[in-house]
Amino acid sequence: MVWTRKDLLGLEELTKEEIELIIATAESFKDVSRRAIKKVPALRGKTAVNLFYEPSTRTRVSFEIAAKRLSADVINIMTETSSVKKGETLIDTGANIQALKTDIIIVRHNCSGAAVMLARHVDISVVNAGDGWHEHPTQALLDILTLKERFGSLSGLNVAIVGDIAHSRVARSNIWGLTKLGARVTVCAPELLIPVAIEQMGVHVTHDIDDALKDADAVNVLRMQFERDEKGAFPSHIEYFKNFGITTDRIKKAKKNIIVMHPGPLNRGVEISSEVADGDNSVILQQVTNGIAVRMAVLFLVSQAQDKRNGYTD
Amino acid sequence: MREKAKILDKDTIRRCLMRLAHEVLEKNKGISNLCLIGIRNRGAYLAKRLADCISGIEQEHIPVGILDITLYRDDLTLIAPQPVVHKTEIDFDITDKNIVLVDDVLYTGRTVRAALDALVDFGRPKSTQLAVLIDRGHRELPIRADYVGKNIPTAANETVEVRLSEVDGIDEAVIIQKD
Repeated sequence: MVWTRKDLLGLEELTKEEIELIIATAESFKDVSRRAIKKVPALRGKTAVNLFYEPSTRTRVSFEIAAKRLSADVINIMTETSSVKKGETLIDTGANIQALKTDIIIVRHNCSGAAVMLARHVDISVVNAGDGWHEHPTQALLDILTLKERFGSLSGLNVAIVGDIAHSRVARSNIWGLTKLGARVTVCAPELLIPVAIEQMGVHVTHDIDDALKDADAVNVLRMQFERDEKGAFPSHIEYFKNFGITTDRIKKAKKNIIVMHPGPLNRGVEISSEVADGDNSVILQQVTNGIAVRMAVLFLVSQAQDKRNGYTD
Repeated sequence: MREKAKILDKDTIRRCLMRLAHEVLEKNKGISNLCLIGIRNRGAYLAKRLADCISGIEQEHIPVGILDITLYRDDLTLIAPQPVVHKTEIDFDITDKNIVLVDDVLYTGRTVRAALDALVDFGRPKSTQLAVLIDRGHRELPIRADYVGKNIPTAANETVEVRLSEVDGIDEAVIIQKD
C-alpha cells in the first residue's frame, strides 16, 4: 500500500487500505509521545499553517502538537485577526500562504467543500480540519484508532452515533470510515436532526435512544451544536437530555463493556451526564491522546507524498 | 536482476554470530551493563540471535531492543516504494549502558547515522558500538563497524541481500546484480 495523496480532504474518497495505512502509521507514532524526548525529525524544515475560520481549541492545538512532534514549524492564522477581515478570499489567502513557501495548510472552515476547493487551487498539501457539515476526517480517524485499540478490529462492530447528525461533519466522516472498515452504524437523533436519505450511506436509523444502545459496542455522542440552530429544529436542553442524553441508567442497560466516545467540547447535562463522561466506560480523553498520533500520521504521509512529487531526495 | 553469488549459508551465519558474540564479550569484558539494539528490520532478528549466543556463553540474560529509524532517515524518499513506520521497542533505560547496535548489512553508513540520531532521543549511552553481519564497503559517511561477520567487496551496481528464517524462511546472504 503506497500513499500518493498530497491532501487529506475526507474519508469518502479514501479506500479501506488507505484508512488502514493511516491507522497503522498512527499506532507507531503513539510511541513518540510516550518518550522523554517527544520529537522526531521526520518533518524537519517543513512549515505547516493552521488556517482556522472557525473557533477551535482541541483540533488546532492537536495539529500544532502533532506538527511540532514531527519537527515541523507551525504558524497559526486565526481569521478574526487576519486579512480575511478585510475581505480576502479563501483562494487568495491560500495562494499567499503558498507564496510564503510553506508546505501544508491545515484548514477549518464553516463552508462545506472549502478544503476541497482550496486543495484545487494550491500545489502544497491541504489537510481538512473540518469543513461545514461535510467532513472532519482526522476526528473520525482518531475515533477509529480508539475503537481499534479497544476491540482489535472494526469488522462487525456495532457503533451508535447519537446527536445532531444533520449538522455534524464528525458523523459524516465517521459513517464513511466505519462502514468502509466493516462496522455496523446506527444513527440516533430527533427526527429533525436526521438528514433525509441518510440510509443511503449504509446506516440504520432510529429515534429511540434505548434501541440505539441495545446492541452497541460503542456509542459516539455528538455535541449539540446550539450555535448552528437557525431554523428552530433543536429541542430544548432539558428535553434533549431527557430523551437522548447518555446517562448512567441508559449505559447500565447497554452492553457491559460499551465504550462512550465524544469529540468534545462536552455539554455536560445536555448530551451526556457528568457521571458517564467521567465514568469507567468513557474513553473521551484517550480520543484526545489518539488525536495527536493520527494527525502526526496524516501530516507525515501527505508530506512524504509531496516530497516524492517534487523529487526531493532529502 | 540476477543472483550472482551466495556468500553465506545457514551454518556460516550461525558461526559468524557465535564469533561476534565472543568478540563483543571480549571487548566489553563480560555482559554487565551491556545491551543489544537491532535496527529494523533484519537487524532486530540478528540482535535477538546474537543475544541468545551471548546468553548461552555467559548464562545470563542480556536486554535486547528494536530501533525503527524510518523517521530519522535523510534519504526517506529514495527508499521504494514507501517505508512503513514501525514502533521502536526499547523497554530499558539506555543511559550509561554500553550499546551494541546490530544490523545486517553495512553499506553507505546512512542507516547507522540515523540510528545514532534516534538513540540520542532515548538517552545517553556510555558507549555505542556497531556489529554487522556483512560489510560491503562504499561508505558515504565516516562510520565503521566494531564487529564484522564478513567483509564482502561489492560493485556499486550490486546489492547484498540477507535472508533470515524469521522473515524469509531461509538463512542466507546473496549478492544480486542489477542489470
